[in-house]
Parts: sequence; C-alpha cells; structure tokens
Amino acid sequence: MLNYTFHWYQAFRALPDMLAGALVTLEVAVLSMVLGIGFAVLIAVARGSDNAVLRALAIGWVEVARNTPALFQIYMAHFGLGAFGIYLSPYAALLAGITFNNAGYLAETFRGALRGIPATQTRAARSLGLGPVAAFRLVVLPQMFRIAFLPATNQMVWAILMTSLGIVVGMNTDLAGVTQELNVRTFRTFEFFAFAAIIYYALAKSVSLAARLIAWRLFRY
Amino acid sequence: MFQTALTLSDLAFLARGAGVTLAVTAVAVLFGTLLGVAFGTVRTLLNAWTAAPMTFILDVLRSVPLLIQLVLANAFQSIAGFGWSPFTVACVVLSLYTASYCSEIVRGGIEAVPSVTRRAARSLGLTWGQDMAHVVFPMALRVALPSWIGLTLGVMKDSALVLWIGLIELLRSSQILVTRLQEPLFILIVVGAIYFMLSFPIARLGGRLERRWREND
Repeated sequence: MLNYTFHWYQAFRALPDMLAGALVTLEVAVLSMVLGIGFAVLIAVARGSDNAVLRALAIGWVEVARNTPALFQIYMAHFGLGAFGIYLSPYAALLAGITFNNAGYLAETFRGALRGIPATQTRAARSLGLGPVAAFRLVVLPQMFRIAFLPATNQMVWAILMTSLGIVVGMNTDLAGVTQELNVRTFRTFEFFAFAAIIYYALAKSVSLAARLIAWRLFRY
Repeated sequence: MFQTALTLSDLAFLARGAGVTLAVTAVAVLFGTLLGVAFGTVRTLLNAWTAAPMTFILDVLRSVPLLIQLVLANAFQSIAGFGWSPFTVACVVLSLYTASYCSEIVRGGIEAVPSVTRRAARSLGLTWGQDMAHVVFPMALRVALPSWIGLTLGVMKDSALVLWIGLIELLRSSQILVTRLQEPLFILIVVGAIYFMLSFPIARLGGRLERRWREND
C-alpha cells in the first residue's frame, strides 16, 4: 500500500542540528516567559489601579492577547510594526509575539491569584512599617507566585509549543525552523518532522516534570 | 486624511476566509467533542494501567505543536496516497487535537461528581446508563461547559495555523491582501478585529456562566 521508502538515517544524521535548534526554542520560550511574567505583573497591578487610562490599557492588552490567534500576534509584530518604521527580525518578532501572548494569559492568572490573597496581609505589612511598594514586593508578590506557579508552568509549555510558529515568519534557527530548512533541502518531510515532534514532546514533558519537582521542593510545607 | 485601497470586494474576500475558519472550527469542534466525550468516559471506566496507551496518545496530541501535527499529517496522507484536500487534513488534525483536550474536560467533569452521589443513584435502582444520563451528565455539564467554551475558542484561534498546509482561511487571506495592497498594519488590524468580534462575546458568555454556576456550589 505504501509506495514510499522511509529514509530515517538522514533524519538521524541531522539530529545534532535539530538539538541545537531545540536549544534556541528553549531560549525563546524562557525569554518570553521571563519578559511575559514581568509585563503580566505590571498588567495585574494596573488592572487594580485607580487610574482609568492604566486600567483600560491593561484590559485592552489582556483581551486582545486572549481573543486573537498567537500567529496573528506574531504577524502583527513582524509585518504590522513596519508601518511605524520598526522592522523586527523573525527572532525578535517571534519573541515579541509570544511575550505579548504570555503576558495576557499570565496577567489573568496573576489577577486571580492576587484576589486569593487576603487584604489583611497588606494591612499587616503596612502596619509593620513597610512602604506600599515594599509591602507588595515582599509580602504579596511571593504569595502570588506561589498560587500562580502551576498555571504559569502550563503557560511555559504553551510557550514552547508556540515557538514553532516562528517558521511562518521565516525563523530558521529554532527547532521548527531548522527542521523546515532540512525539509526544503531534502523533501523528507515526514521523517524530519517526526523527529521534531519527538523532540518537542520531550521538551514539553521535561518542563512539566521539572515544574512538578520544583513545586514539590518549594511548597512541601 | 486616512486613505486605503481596501475595497468592498476585498472585505468579501476576507469574509470568505472567515467562513473557512468557522467551517474548519465547526467540523473540528463537532467531531472533537464527540470523540472527546467517548474517550473521556472510557478513561473514567478504565484503571490507570489499562488506560495508559490511550492516555499517552491523547497526551502526545497535547504536547506536540499543532503546526508540526499538521505538517506530519499532510506528509503522511500524501505518502499513503489518501489524496485528501488541505481542508480534510485540517479537519482531521484539528478534530483529534480538540478530542484530546475535550477528553480531559469530560474526565474532569465526570470525576467532579461525588462518588457517594453516584452510589446513591445506583442503590435507588438506576442502571449505569440512567445514572450517567440523569445524575452524572447534568452535574458534570456545569463543571465542563465553561472549559468547553474556552476550548472551542482556542480551536478557532489555533485554526489559523492551517494556512501552513495551503488552506486559505482568515489569516491567510489577509496575507494575500497585504501582498497586493501593501498596507500590512491596516489589514492586520481589520483581521484582528474580525477574530476579536468572533471570540470576545463568546468568551464573555463563558466567563459569566462560570461565575453564575460557581455561586450555586
């Protein structure tokens, strides 16, 4: 039935290149998470502020990030920003798009977590003499990260999977990009992408496993 | 003054793209939900060991990027000589992708029904089928429906990736217009607004359902 000979050896030989690509994938995912968490904290704080402009900006960011495709957001960074004279490389566009997406989803997670922290915590911190910023940074934030830790690790897995969208804007150094380059050269689509799928699966599983180990170590008491 | 070369027929072209997006989403959600309910129910009946192969396959569908799944399925169907259209490939892959997430939602919903409630139903003489239909289903639905709405919207957004295997859906049609009109920002904003208008009202409805049903718990 199958009138086709699989050439797995070629894919095996390309494995080192693909693993190097996997490192770039991991790098983009980690950077997008670090930046995304930073923006998400700002958004979560802005949503609770008294300033209407800040609140509207925060709500706008979250709703656009959650109600449009991630690929659209990457397109926007790659093609849309050109109208302002900003031309991002595929790497920067991919990072910007995923960071925007991560920040939107994480901000909602953080907002939920913030609501779970009693206001008495802040009041107690303030009455101990901490300033408003110190009280937030030293008392509220650590508790927020603790509640939001597991949802945030899910977002990290999502970030890894989303990096594969880079090929659509011409990214050629991450796992999907390297695989696509090999594919264009050899037309062994199935073999190469099957290997890529296995590597993505291994990456996603190691992140969830590592997250579970870290959670067990950090939150055992 | 703002000027654009975007004409009404271009908007109709975008609308046709949006129609393809909605068609793929509808097919994927329909078959994905049917399969997901079946898989999710079967998984609650089996123990961890006998369910392991199924759990593994559903987990792979959730842990491999959708784009890679689409490329693999497309390559496989041409190797096997199925001769499927990109639309069929997109529907098959997205249906399985939806099913893998839906099975988790269904399982979570069924497991949220307390086992004492089910035992009470069975000891009142209800058969397994009656217990599932009249006790488990109404209670599980409340837990599962908000997540299911979220999943449907997620599939709608993820369906943008099918442009890679050559299907002209909403995002791809915007790219075609950008190539012709050279107004990337404006056209992308229009397309973003279309996605937003499709997704946002339903997302709000889901959020409201979730809040309302949680109050009664």
